[in-house]
Amino acid sequence: MERLDPRARSDIYGRRINRAPSPWRARSVPYLSIMAGSLVPVLLMADLMPLTPSFGFLLLLGWRMVRPGLLPQWAGAPLGAFDDLVSGQPFGSAILLWSLAMIAIELIETRFPWRGFWQDWFTAGTMAVAYWLAALMLSGASLTPEMVAVALPQALFSVLLYPILARMVASLDRFRLKRARTID
Amino acid sequence: MAPPSSRRSGFSKKAQYSLFTGYLLAGAGALLGLALLALSLWQPAAFAPLRGVASDAVTPVATGSAVARSGSQGFFESITGYFNAGQQNADLRREMELARIRLAEADAIKAENQRLKGLLALRETETKPVTMARLVGSTATSGRRLAYLSAGASQGVLPGMPVISERGVIGRVLETGRHSARVLLLTDSESVLPVRRAKDNIIAFAEGRGDGLLRIRLVNLGVNPLKVGDMMVTSGAGGYYRPGVAVAVIAKITPDGGIARLVAEPAATSFVAVEPVAQPAAVAELAEPDAPGAEAAPSPAAAASAPTAEE
Repeated sequence: MERLDPRARSDIYGRRINRAPSPWRARSVPYLSIMAGSLVPVLLMADLMPLTPSFGFLLLLGWRMVRPGLLPQWAGAPLGAFDDLVSGQPFGSAILLWSLAMIAIELIETRFPWRGFWQDWFTAGTMAVAYWLAALMLSGASLTPEMVAVALPQALFSVLLYPILARMVASLDRFRLKRARTID
Repeated sequence: MAPPSSRRSGFSKKAQYSLFTGYLLAGAGALLGLALLALSLWQPAAFAPLRGVASDAVTPVATGSAVARSGSQGFFESITGYFNAGQQNADLRREMELARIRLAEADAIKAENQRLKGLLALRETETKPVTMARLVGSTATSGRRLAYLSAGASQGVLPGMPVISERGVIGRVLETGRHSARVLLLTDSESVLPVRRAKDNIIAFAEGRGDGLLRIRLVNLGVNPLKVGDMMVTSGAGGYYRPGVAVAVIAKITPDGGIARLVAEPAATSFVAVEPVAQPAAVAELAEPDAPGAEAAPSPAAAASAPTAEE
């Protein structure tokens, strides 16, 4: 059998016979990875200027683009609340902005159902830059030209990082659906 | 790639309703976020307990990464040390010659200082730090410059306490959790600190610009007496900081003061001391008319009245 077709008994998700994906893993990985994305920048010591784009938001965009329909529409609110607790923004800013982003992507997707890599990148890049600007304006401090100037690399990074993060999300998705459970 | 066809509602009433409910819930989430945002912009301290719990949870992990960070800094410094050892040696020799002279001068000043203090019958008080802790992380994505400290309310840290490294002022405690605290760094654009020039009594405010530099604004306008390289230290006005701690060095002169660089960069420090509020009575009196928000930095108006009272 395997000599005829090497993928007859296994595929990228593992062996087919007697195996099934773990339901816990399949449901939790998107949420846990986005929350981890919110936490990672906290470990850096950024004393002079913001250093990294919001990985949490970029991962949210990634999951929404790579796996449409996996995250429910309202997922922006709870995930944003978690991000707000550690990001230093006033509580509520990410709840608002992430929810709006989810609605916006849904609307864009209904308008342009056929999508490709470049269009996804364009959408995600536009959203990331809009989020960057909105988060700066809602940071609780009055916006100064200096603040915008030092935060510009952040906007650039978030646009450039999206394709890499989308590949990461795709590999996380493979991990999510690995047939880890043995059926006896 | 088209979206999966199962996500198109078509004529199915059930699918249409679930799609509609999705929009409704997402819209409700956005509205909730807007309300919470308005609340926390109005009352910045409103969600402090929640954030305290979150930072308590993050701090143990962050402490590990902070240890690794300070370790790797030493490693890279020792490598770069090999490359410019010769030049550095000559420079250090020259600097040491100068430092010996300055030290001798400082001894003289110290003696004079003691004599004058004796005349004034001032008691030499040693400030004992509340606790020593690590700066374990920061808000690296936000426009605000806040850092996380690995000590909290259970170590006696309270909002308002100054955080000081061996080089100078780092910032001020903003919110506390049980085992962690948030520190408002000097570079945050909401941070204001009353300072004076180290060698005389020219008083000014050091405001964070949000880009890693401080804006020094003189209180008395007129001819700008500041020069590049002047050291600014805390003046003690406002009551939060004890006087005479190094803050910043002037790097550029502007019409109303200058632009200054930090003396103590938080990223370059491993341990910091949390000191008690220098004059709790003064702080309480100044804070009385204001709302009891933890965000309230020593406001220019409040702090400006303090130096006149001191002189």
